[in-house]
Order: sequence, then structure tokens, then C-alpha cells
Amino acid sequence: MPAREKFAFERKITSVHIGFAMFALFLGTLYGPLQALEHAGVNLYFLAPWTQTYYQGLTLHGVLNALIFTTFFICGFLTYVTVNSLDRHTRFPILDIVGVVLMIIGLVMAAIPILLNMATVLYTFYPPLMAHPTFYIGATLFVVGSWVVGYSLFFTLYAWYQEHPNQRAPLPAFMAVITMAMWQIATLGLAIEELALLIPWSLGLISGIDPQLARTLFWYTGHPLVYFWLLPAYLSWYVMVPKLAGGKLFSDPMARLSFVLFLVLSTPVGFHHQITDPGISVGWKLFHGALTLGVAFPSLLTAYNLWASLHIAGRMNGGKGALTWILSLPWGKPELTAQLLAAIIFIFGGIGGVINASYNVNLVVHNTAWVSGHFHLTVGSAVALTFVGIVYWLLPHLTGRALFSRHIALAQAWTWFFGMIIFSRGMHLMGLLGAPRRTELGASIKSAAMTNPDWNVLLLMVGLGGTILFISYILIYVNVIGTIFFGRKLAPNEIPTIPFADAVTHAEQGPMLLSQWKPWLAGAAFLIVVSYGPVLIEMVRTIELTSPGFKPW
Amino acid sequence: MTTPTTHDHWIDPYEKAWMVISVVVLIGIMIAVTVAGFAFGIQAPSPYQRVDPNTVTQSGPFSKPGLTDLGGGQYEVYMIGTASGWIWEPKEIRVPVGSRVTFYLTSKDVQHGFMLWNTNLNMMVLPGQVSKGSVTFEKPGEYPYVCHEYCGIGHQTMSGKVIVE
Ligand code: HEM
Ligand SMILES: [Cu+2]
Ligand SMILES: [Cu+2]
Repeated sequence: MPAREKFAFERKITSVHIGFAMFALFLGTLYGPLQALEHAGVNLYFLAPWTQTYYQGLTLHGVLNALIFTTFFICGFLTYVTVNSLDRHTRFPILDIVGVVLMIIGLVMAAIPILLNMATVLYTFYPPLMAHPTFYIGATLFVVGSWVVGYSLFFTLYAWYQEHPNQRAPLPAFMAVITMAMWQIATLGLAIEELALLIPWSLGLISGIDPQLARTLFWYTGHPLVYFWLLPAYLSWYVMVPKLAGGKLFSDPMARLSFVLFLVLSTPVGFHHQITDPGISVGWKLFHGALTLGVAFPSLLTAYNLWASLHIAGRMNGGKGALTWILSLPWGKPELTAQLLAAIIFIFGGIGGVINASYNVNLVVHNTAWVSGHFHLTVGSAVALTFVGIVYWLLPHLTGRALFSRHIALAQAWTWFFGMIIFSRGMHLMGLLGAPRRTELGASIKSAAMTNPDWNVLLLMVGLGGTILFISYILIYVNVIGTIFFGRKLAPNEIPTIPFADAVTHAEQGPMLLSQWKPWLAGAAFLIVVSYGPVLIEMVRTIELTSPGFKPW
Repeated sequence: MTTPTTHDHWIDPYEKAWMVISVVVLIGIMIAVTVAGFAFGIQAPSPYQRVDPNTVTQSGPFSKPGLTDLGGGQYEVYMIGTASGWIWEPKEIRVPVGSRVTFYLTSKDVQHGFMLWNTNLNMMVLPGQVSKGSVTFEKPGEYPYVCHEYCGIGHQTMSGKVIVE
């Protein structure tokens, strides 16, 4: 039976996830250009009349884009990748249903107070800003739902191992399950913050909270969160982009090496977000800063492997020369081009990341517009544009309808690329000139509370980039809606299949260690205990539940 | 890089070279950053003092926020950030050129962020914690300080300045 029919159940589950993801991106990203133009002095908030303040919009932008869109997309995508790669149904389908239902309930519970302006706490919800309790409970249920999706994949892979003793899991499933395992480990901090501090505090069960401890628990999850976004994009770059480009994956063992290293290194680095925090000593900050440079290593491996895979594709397409093979890649395919442009943007995002983590430099850029400029290259482009590229083949696959317009899709990818480069460059430089992030900057400038004449030309870049991105954003939804409602019905043999690439160097040629679980899970646990244990024990021992809640919005 | 056709090694030799270079560069950055941190005096805050945000303005140095001249060109400033009115107290500080000023910052309500323009001083300001950092003002002029952590709908107005004369 063809895979698409065989996995009809999983296809429905995935469709629900992707549907919610694209809806979240739709509402969330609307605010991006509004914010960019606000900075540039143009107020367009009448386009979103249900929004009461800039910061309510910013909360929606951050929560819907960075948390809801990503998590739904990842859960749906990884489920589908896993079953197709293992050629095996999920072991307990009930978990898939429970997972997605919990996520939807959580989303609704968290979204209502935000839309009512009762949770204008941004996506980091730092206490003592106090949202309505349903916001915290909803966020928790949402995360628990994503855990249940992960459990489903764990049981499925486990069942596969029992059916295939002594075999290595196929690479796509291995990567998918590593991502989910990392997410389990990483979200422990957030879960403790919610269950032990935020929820009881917002319900009035405890009268105060310890903001420094809450921040520390938040960032325990906050950094690996970025790898939770990134690894599914890497998965696509490793095992799908080579196929879309008409080539092969260069090295399966090296792909495994990079993913097991992410499992080990993603979490014990959270203090690099807290370098300017008063309650953590300099030595610990330096230690996490050093480990952060370590987690850049598997990304560098990825860069090499992707480059080498594309090189193979370029040659197989008849390309020659040291670099001109790049032109032989099929740039006319939007599902490929979007992802290639995303990967190019990530080169700059990655370099910026190393800069941010470099201890002293962080003092210059921390919480400035530089940081916003940075993560629009990473999550806002490397991840989001890759996911949109995936949608360009996945949506036809799921719906059985042709993409509404491949030309529009190509135009979307390129406008995003150029819009983002302009926008992000403006933001980076604004940050170096002292512009704070998370700030209604146009209003600050008007009231002369914060001004700098050198900002003017940069604000034009931010506004121009934001405008181009707005066009790109509209183009995404012309295609999504167009495909669902007006896309040509595809004959069964026309429906795109999942583009899994073959590898040149196979898993079996590398060491077995790279396909095992225990050593890497043990390594992850060890590093977390070493890097967080003493600090957290001390913080809990000296906990001061003194801060009552505030709602200054 | 050549397109491999045989499988003599599971790691391509060029890839091995890439790995070595990557590790060397990353370790190099690590060392550079650590050394620079110590050589130039690390500016990031370390735990200094805990306070009770509910009572911090009633007694002790934070009950009279402002500048104190310690003599010999040394000054200290006790400063409070607050979301009631979104202000830094004090809002303005005057010191002579060449002064070394140590800032002690806390919040009596939500989290704030303190960034002093044209210096390396950049610290989170949390209720319950005191953030400490020092700057020497070598040049005359205005040094605005802005809040860089969202602290409510008036956050964008929360600024002040050091005037060095
Ligand atoms: C149309 C494209 C977009 C534009 C023009 C845009 C613009 C902006 C701007 C100007 C800010 C800064 C607001 C401030 O600091 O006051 C911002 C914040 C942010 N954006 Fe975007 N954005 C876009 C798309 C995205 C996407 C696709 C994502 C993620 C998937 C994303 C994630 C975020 C996050 C996480 C924040 C930080 C929110 C916070 O600090 O609380 N953005 N965006
Ligand atoms: Cu990080
Ligand atoms: Cu503020």
C-alpha cells in the first residue's frame, strides 16, 4: 500500500498540527510589520483593531510565532517523519490524539487572556508581571501536550527496535526522536517554574515569588527551546533538501554525530541569556558561555554536511567548477529555494549567535534591538522559512491538491530573504547604537524619552524591510488558502511523496555508538547536573518568596 | 572537496580537517573571551546583596536614592527602577569628568533593565536583588540610561541621564 494511504491516520493528526501552526503564524506574524513600522514612525495598528496596546500585540507576536507555530509544526512534522521513516504506525495512536487535544486546549486557555489584554507579559512572562492564571495553566497544558506527542514517538521507535533487533534506526526517525528527547529534558525547567511557582502564585496559593529563580528556570528551557526549533529544520536540510536538490546526503554517520551532540549540549548553556543577571556569579556565567561555544560545533558539522550534499546534487545535475555547481541546483523549486535561502540566512544568524554568547560582547548587545535582529535570522528565517518551504511540498501531500502557485511561492521565498536581510541589518545596528528591544520605540522617539539621530537611516531600513516582509507574509497565505480551496486536485501518482534522500556514506559504515541512546542521554544528564546543579540548589536553599504580582499594562 | 565514490573512510578527510579547524577556532574564542574578561575587569554583575522589594525603600540606602560623593573622585549611586510611573529614581545625576561611579540598582516592583549608553554598563534589575556595576567617565557629555526590559505599557518612557561636566 502506498505510504500516503497507509498512514491516513497519522496524516490527519499531522494535518491538524500543521493547520494550527499555520493559523498561529498567520495571526502572530501580522504584528511583525506593524512593529517594524511603528519603530519607523508609521502606526498601522488600525489593521488589527482588537489589539489594545503595542505590548499586547508583541505578546501575541512572540507567543504565537515562537511558541505556538513552532511547536505545532514540529509535533506534526516529526510525527509524520517518524512513521514514514520507520514505515510503521505509531505504537499507541491514542497518545497522538491526546497530545494534540491537550495542545489545543492549552492554546485556547492561554490565548483567551492574551486577547483580553489580561496576560500582556510577552512570551517570556517574567514574574512579577502577573498574568491571569489560565494563561499559565494553558501554557503548561500546551507543553504537556507536546510531551505526549513525544511519548508517542518514543513508544513507536521502541516498538520498531524490538521488531528489528540490533539495527540502527533510520536517520529521519532517529533525528526526530532525538529532538523530542531533547525537548523532554529541556522543558523540565519550565515545568517546574509553572507548577511550583507561577501557577500557585497566580492563584494566590503563595503570596510571593522569587524572580531570579523563576528566570533561571525559564532559561533552563529557553535556550534548548531554540534547538527544538532548529533541529527539525536541520532534519529537513540533512535528509530532504538533498533529495529536493536531486542529490544525496553526504554522510549519514556525521549527521548522527551532530544530532547526538545536540542532545548532550543543548541544555547546559542557559546562563548565556543571564550574563547580566545580578543573582548568578561570574564564574558560572563563563562556564555556560564556554559550553555555548561547544554547541556551535554540531552546527558547523551541519554546515559542512549540507554544503557537501548540495555539491553532490550540483554535480549530479551536471554542474561543474568550484562554485558554479551552485547554479545547477534546481532554484526553480520553491520547496527547495525557500530552504536554501533559509540556510544562507542562518550563516549570518549563526555567526551572530557566537558573538552574542561571547561573554564581554554580550554586555554591549544584551536586550538591545541587536538581539531581535539576530533571532529573526535564526527562528524568524532559518526556521520559519524552512518550515514554509516544507509546507510547499507537505501541504500538497496532505491535501492531495497542487500548490496554488509555484511562482508566488518563489517570490515569497525571495522577498522574505531580502526583506529580512534589510530589516535585520537595521535592527542589529540600532542595537549597537543603544536601541532597547521590547520597546515601543516610535513612541519613545516621539516623546524624546530615547532618541539618537544616528538611528534615522536605520529606522528606514527597519521599516522598508518590514514592508517587504509584509508582502512576503501575504504571499504565504495566498498559497496556503489558495491550495486548500482552489488547488488543482492531484491524481494519486502526482501527489508529492516525502523527499527522503539516500546517503552516500551509510550509517552502517560509522560506529554503532552514533546510533545508541544511553551514552548520550547519560552525557546530557551529567552536564546538566554539573552546570545547573550547584546554582539551582543554592537558589532553592536561599529562596525568597517576596515579590507580589503586578499588572502594569 | 571531491565527490566521494568509494567508502574507504566514514569520515571524509576534508571533513576531518574542517572538524579540527572548527574545534581550534571555538577553543580560541573561548580562551580569548575568558582572558579578555579577566584582563579588562569583568563588567557583568555577580551576586551582591538580596533585599526585600516590599520594604527596600523604607530604610537603608535605597530609602534615599541618589548620588553620594565618597571623595577622591569616587561616587556611588543608589537607584530604584519602578513601574509606577516608569521612572528611574534618581532621573538625573551630575558628576565631574574623571569620576568613577558605582551603581547599585534594584526594583521595587517588576523586572527592569539598565543600560548606560556609551559605556559597557548593562545589567538586569530585579526585585529582591541588588545589581552592582562601576563606570569611569573619561569624557564630558550626557550619558542617557534607558530601561531595556519590558516593564509595562510605559516602558518606552523609562530613561534618565548622567551629566558629566
Ligand atoms: C514579517 C516578518 C516579521 C517582522 C517584520 C517582525 C518584526 C519584529 C519586531 C520589529 C520585533 C521587535 C519588537 C520589540 O522588540 O519591541 C519582533 C519581535 C519578535 N519576533 Fe518578529 N517579526 C517578523 C516575523 C517573526 C517570525 C516569523 C518569528 C518567529 C517564528 C518572530 C519572532 C519574534 C520574537 C520571538 C520576538 C520577540 C518578542 C519579545 O521580545 O517578547 N518574528 N518582531
Ligand atoms: Cu541561547
Ligand atoms: Cu522597562
